[in-house]
Amino acid sequence: MGKGKGRMRLWCQLAFTAVSNGYVQGFAQGKIYTGGTKTVCLPGLNCYSCPGSLGACPIGALQAVLGSRNFRFPFYVLGFLMMVGAVLGRAVCGWLCPFGLVQDLLYKIPGVKKLRRLPGEKALRRLKYVVLLLLVVLLPSVVVDVVGQGSPWFCKYLCPSGTLLGGVPLVAANEGLRSATGDLFVWKVAVLAVLLVLSVFLYRPFCRYLCPLGAIYGPFNRFALYRFRVERDACVACGRCQKACKLDIPVWEKPNSAECIRCGDCRRACPHGAIRTTWERKPCAAAQPSEK
Amino acid sequence: MRRALPALGVLVLGAVFLAVGAARGEAATVLQKAVRICMECIGIG
Repeated sequence: MGKGKGRMRLWCQLAFTAVSNGYVQGFAQGKIYTGGTKTVCLPGLNCYSCPGSLGACPIGALQAVLGSRNFRFPFYVLGFLMMVGAVLGRAVCGWLCPFGLVQDLLYKIPGVKKLRRLPGEKALRRLKYVVLLLLVVLLPSVVVDVVGQGSPWFCKYLCPSGTLLGGVPLVAANEGLRSATGDLFVWKVAVLAVLLVLSVFLYRPFCRYLCPLGAIYGPFNRFALYRFRVERDACVACGRCQKACKLDIPVWEKPNSAECIRCGDCRRACPHGAIRTTWERKPCAAAQPSEK
Repeated sequence: MRRALPALGVLVLGAVFLAVGAARGEAATVLQKAVRICMECIGIG
């Protein structure tokens, strides 16, 4: 397993982003797609106000339903997330998310010292669950206007994917939108800029610390149909998997950590081929795989 | 196969949720939101 598999992931990310954001006229004319496919959520963090987007954003859709006067429990979006999570877990982040792709590409920029973690890493990684609970679930449901409608707090104040894929191209192409920009736009661009710059030094800072979609998919890693497993007979606990893991996960101990985005770097680094997936053929009878 | 049971259970439950949500009109709410430029999402407010 070499660079070929790594490139396969990159090609998958590029192809999925291109196909799911294939409404080229949107970019050219500064408008968004309004067809029926936007009833369907895309699996990654893909703003539905991206000019090219052919589907809906699951986090935006979640807030829209929670903030609506008519519904209190988001069966439709939650059902979608459960189905995707049950099959892929956080492989969506590693293989299908456009903002994940942007961060991956920025991290490839050479010539700078790469960081493995930030001070307070453990606490920072819990922050995405706070973002999910507060900005995606509670505030849109509870803080409502006079007609009972809530606002999409995460989209409005934080989401860098919306700014990059939606805000920047639409504002660039529309005179009217350009004249309407104010402090909020400045704030969102600043948040985006910080994350993009940080992505050059630290692998996927948004996914690690802030992404509510990662917070949802992460717990599915332990039991999703697509999981990693460590062949205990082959593993010698050399730690090369953790060294290769850009998210610094001790894969040999926790092959199904909620932080894992299934990039496969650990599998390529293992000198004994001890890390396998549930979608590969079963090993020989002597090996006893371990999953945590 | 036994290890796949939790995932399959969640998959089926998710499909039921999806169907229930679609039947009560949540999909239409998603569509209505997705086909209009979300001013909050793009930083206009």
